[in-house]
Amino acid sequence: MSAAHDSHASGEDHGSLRGYVIGFLLSVVLTAIPFALVMTGAVADKGLTGMLVVGAAVVQIVVHMIFFLHMNTKSEGGWNMLALLFTIVLIVIVLSGSLWVMHHLNANMMPMSHEMSEMP
Amino acid sequence: MSASVTTPAPTNRAPANLARWYDLDEHDHPEGGSTMLGFWIYLMSDCLIFAMLFAAFGVLGGNYAAGPGPRDLFDLPLVALNTSMLLFSSITYGFAMLAMQRGHVRGVQGWLVVTALFGAAFLSIEFYEFAHLIHEGATPQRSAFLSAFFTLVGTHGLHVTFGLIWLGVLLVQVGKRGLVAANQRRLMCLSLFWHFLDVIWIGVFTFVYLLGVLR
Repeated sequence: MSAAHDSHASGEDHGSLRGYVIGFLLSVVLTAIPFALVMTGAVADKGLTGMLVVGAAVVQIVVHMIFFLHMNTKSEGGWNMLALLFTIVLIVIVLSGSLWVMHHLNANMMPMSHEMSEMP
Repeated sequence: MSASVTTPAPTNRAPANLARWYDLDEHDHPEGGSTMLGFWIYLMSDCLIFAMLFAAFGVLGGNYAAGPGPRDLFDLPLVALNTSMLLFSSITYGFAMLAMQRGHVRGVQGWLVVTALFGAAFLSIEFYEFAHLIHEGATPQRSAFLSAFFTLVGTHGLHVTFGLIWLGVLLVQVGKRGLVAANQRRLMCLSLFWHFLDVIWIGVFTFVYLLGVLR
């Protein structure tokens, strides 16, 4: 690590030109694929298209985390990763819990079944 | 000379084994040594705000109240253009960080200005989109779907706005003081913030725009 970075905690990765370019190219591809899938309707099955789009987003988020946010298990003595994992657990609980509970509320409470059945 | 168990411990001296649990040596921490971890934890809490907004959109996103839906409203080529603006601003900010590592002040300033231009382009396109929607009558008051949409996308846009203000302030700081340690730390914090906003945008264009149009 260069002398200019002595004040920072060890194990921190500040990135390289190669890393940024790889991350950028991967992001371009992972953005272009879902947009192309939805805009052209290349895959006839909407459910499959949706899964591919979400899959590309998950991979792109990981790419950003690694190449742009420089996440690794060693930075700040592992506390960055621990905070991230804790946040991911909370997000999964919040998202899955909200969607699950409200889906059941919608399914059980609403009598207008012909309108509501169009909802995902 | 070893301390025996029977002698009462002197009140002004801690037992030797306390050092195993307490930090008795009050050494100095380098200034700003904990800033990056602290800022990361702030970002994680910000992530939770967006998780709540995504959850609200996930729950309300189908409630159109007989109003317009995503398919009627969203212009995917415009969203793709917007996405590319943010992606370009991410890589140019990366170039600013690389210039900072080399201690190249002009390079940092140049890439920061380019990043700010891409950020401003992103915000302009978003404002245009919002104005267009509101002009069409698709206001936040129209339906729960639109309320959730404007809250989620608007909160992201607000973050980008504050990121731009921060970027302007740092341009002045770097211009006045150069790449001193404090400015390097600030630039690294903004780097995390800026790339984090791009990560959130991945969620927005996927779950709001693409999956919305698929519905």
